[in-house]
Amino acid sequence: MRSRFQQGLEELRARLLRMGGLAEQAVDRACQAYIDRDLARCHAVLEGETLINATEREIDELAFDLLAMQQPMAVDLRFILAVTKINSDLERVGDQAVNIAERVMDLVELPKAELPVDIPRMAAAVAAMVRRSLESFIEGKAELAQAVLEMDNVVDRMKDEAFITLVKAMNEHPEVTRQALDALLVARNLERVADHATNIAEDVIFWVRGADVRHNVNQELPSRQEIADSH
Amino acid sequence: MGEGIKVEKLNAWFGKTQALYDITMEASANHATAIIGPSGCGKSTFVRCLNRMHETVPDARATGTVRIGDLSVYNGTAAVQIRRRIGMVFQKPNPFPTMSIYDNVAAGLKLNGFNDRKRLAEIVERSLKLSALWDEVKDQMHKKSGASLSGGQQQRLCIARALAVEPEVLLMDEPCSALDPISTGKIEELIFQLKERFTIVIVTHNMQQASRVAEFTGFFLLGKLIEFDKTEKIFTNPSDKRTEDYITGRFG
Repeated sequence: MRSRFQQGLEELRARLLRMGGLAEQAVDRACQAYIDRDLARCHAVLEGETLINATEREIDELAFDLLAMQQPMAVDLRFILAVTKINSDLERVGDQAVNIAERVMDLVELPKAELPVDIPRMAAAVAAMVRRSLESFIEGKAELAQAVLEMDNVVDRMKDEAFITLVKAMNEHPEVTRQALDALLVARNLERVADHATNIAEDVIFWVRGADVRHNVNQELPSRQEIADSH
Repeated sequence: MGEGIKVEKLNAWFGKTQALYDITMEASANHATAIIGPSGCGKSTFVRCLNRMHETVPDARATGTVRIGDLSVYNGTAAVQIRRRIGMVFQKPNPFPTMSIYDNVAAGLKLNGFNDRKRLAEIVERSLKLSALWDEVKDQMHKKSGASLSGGQQQRLCIARALAVEPEVLLMDEPCSALDPISTGKIEELIFQLKERFTIVIVTHNMQQASRVAEFTGFFLLGKLIEFDKTEKIFTNPSDKRTEDYITGRFG
């Protein structure tokens, strides 16, 4: 294989994994900041945003160069397209981490309130989705990605439950309205992170199988033969 | 209008060496079909079998069926008649060097006994227009020789010459390999226009060219047709790993 092209693909892969690590770390820090009411961790998330944004630009630039200069085909073309899309999703994950950190910074200013929502449990589920989606990319395994798609429904239900219980709490205990609202927004931010993990999984399936499974969460993963027959 | 070419179990040999194995495929009418594959895979042999040019090589033979419309290429019809319906353009432009541009285009018709001068002039003009060369040569086509043109113009002259006898199919064996990018672009644009009237089969080692000009692509390897499908399928998600390895540059 063309060695320069091969090096370019490996460089792209390495940079995306680094981006994944930064995004994962941002979400972990933000969630831990919520649990511990830790302002220092919040500031670390905000400061880390600059590096995430810069890395996003580098990855897109490298992908663009490879497309223009190497004219990739088939699996290599799908890989580069998938990387650009995953890159965008990881940057958005970083944005959601910032949003969570900002909610925590607001919460820390308020009296601590016992709220009927298990944000740490939701955070753990979302972190698992992000980790699994990145693993599916590292391994190049569509089956791992498919498992992430199936996890999204669980997180969606958690968010819906959080909405119901927190609204009830606001109605019954108006004195904790601001805290409940912050928690609700954090739940929503986490649900958005889960959506991005789902998108990453769909892009991995596109790369590995050449199948577009967006908006088809409940369908079985098509095999390569089924994809070939469909053409 | 063009006719499709149906190939069934085509085998070809050079002496005792088999070059093609059981090729079965169809080049759809009024479409361009690209034939790709590494050097020595049998692309040119295959295309030359379609109009029996393969037979010009001593000890070469072919078996199987090649049909253009209702005509079977290998059923005893004279090869000259076959090649009138299935024209060919080669990698190196080969205008007749001592003939004028006009006479180059008219050569095929004259050889077939065509002698209506008025009609001949009409056909030459139509053929040069079809090959997008008319405007560049109309004022000098009787005076200038075919060899005086640039490489790209010579190739378009060869296309005009092939089109003058009104074939249904045009075979092109790496028609742009010897041309600069601008001439290549003009030939590719021409292929796009010619598809409306003719069926095109193009051999190319330039995969980007195949993806630009052809609706269908066949991948050959070691004399076998490995995969045949819509071009977009071949180049985005091929079914066979060997196809994928070739088009991604992992071998070949």
